[in-house]
Amino acid sequence: MREIDSKQITDVVARLCVNANRHLAGDVRKCIEGCRACEPWPIAQEILDRIIENYNIADRTEMAICQDTGLACVFLEIGQDVHVNGSIEDAVNEGVRKGYTEGFLRKSCVEEPLGARKNTLDNTPAMIYYELVPGDQVKITVAPKGFGSENMSQIKMLKVSDGAEGVKDFVVKVVEEAGPNPCPPIVVGVGIGGTFDKAALMAKKAIIRPLEERHPVKYYADMEAELLERINALGIGPQGFGGRTTALAVNIETMPTHIAGLPVAVNINCHVTRHKTEVL
Amino acid sequence: MEPIRITTPLTPEKARTLKSGDSVLISGVIYTGRDAAHKRLCELLKEGKPMPIDVKNQIIYFVGPSPAKPGMAIGSAGPTTSYRMDAYSPALIEQGLTGMIGKGKRGPAVIDAMKKCGCVYFGAIGGAGALLSKCIKKAEVVAYEDLQSEAIRRLEVKDLPATVIIDAEGRNLYEWGRADYLKTQE
Repeated sequence: MREIDSKQITDVVARLCVNANRHLAGDVRKCIEGCRACEPWPIAQEILDRIIENYNIADRTEMAICQDTGLACVFLEIGQDVHVNGSIEDAVNEGVRKGYTEGFLRKSCVEEPLGARKNTLDNTPAMIYYELVPGDQVKITVAPKGFGSENMSQIKMLKVSDGAEGVKDFVVKVVEEAGPNPCPPIVVGVGIGGTFDKAALMAKKAIIRPLEERHPVKYYADMEAELLERINALGIGPQGFGGRTTALAVNIETMPTHIAGLPVAVNINCHVTRHKTEVL
Repeated sequence: MEPIRITTPLTPEKARTLKSGDSVLISGVIYTGRDAAHKRLCELLKEGKPMPIDVKNQIIYFVGPSPAKPGMAIGSAGPTTSYRMDAYSPALIEQGLTGMIGKGKRGPAVIDAMKKCGCVYFGAIGGAGALLSKCIKKAEVVAYEDLQSEAIRRLEVKDLPATVIIDAEGRNLYEWGRADYLKTQE
């Protein structure tokens, strides 16, 4: 069995926290620049130009793209044939501590959701998502998640009879209600099926999927395209000042569900959709 | 359209001349504050105690900046979502606050107070924290240091770009901007 020292995980997580927050992923840049080229509304063009200028400044001067450097969401795909020496959880948290402290990133995590809400001062604990996969590698993705957009996310247990129209109407309703709050242009992650919690997890995973990648099943890929068109016909536009570019992409993830159920979760991400991956 | 230059302090009379949709460049001293600092300020007001800053004719920027790298005034510093301050803003506007910089919708109680007292809600570009940080020349914590990024800071800014979202007459760019765009799509 392959062995990995937990210290290696710490180093990778620390590096990914810094890089994800400073250097916007290529797929997101490409999508924003493509939308700028198609945007007909002058004020929206101006906002998109500033957004592009902003991520270029961050890239060049090694600073955070957005001051909300998020809760550190860390996705681990751990091969069944690999053994990690030491605590994986501790190693990830040490990486977050190191990355957020040494990288001059904002610490946005409070100890308790109620009461004193005392800042933990190092952005730990990370939100860790474990997955066991075949093989002997460890794939680590860090996706810092800002809360301006997280707060606009919703979940609903639809009736089976609501069907595809019910799902689509719910997604569009969530985006319209959010309006300017989540820093449009947004990325819309949708999880359909599973249980209450699995739907939310799929929606979260959907927002870190490359923006140009469509659902493998044509039915859902078509739904992604239709939803993007409906959302971009709402007129909310960049920052909510009006315009075409309300969403950059709609990514749907699906899984089997109960005969009686149709869970739908919508996780919204801002234009600073951050994710960086390394494989150990 | 040429942006309008504003230098703080901002009087209610000047605030009332600004119109929804105006582009502005803000210079001078402004103060930062977000959820936790607003809560404390309003608790002091409720108890009749003095606040650590005088908000009369001032602008509050809803921001929790990221830490400054050595040699820099501040880290990334874009606006946070404003509706979380809706519970507190009317009380501060009553105390003479004439400007708020944030992003996102505001509630009716805030807009009523703005109309009554002469206060403007500016939008800075959410997520453009690196760009906006270049306009901040100096930053010092003036209250609630224990709140870390949420502490109240006194900022000296030069040509900070913003847009008047809601003016002192209650006209709202989020409503008419979207409607105007949709009219062109009919």
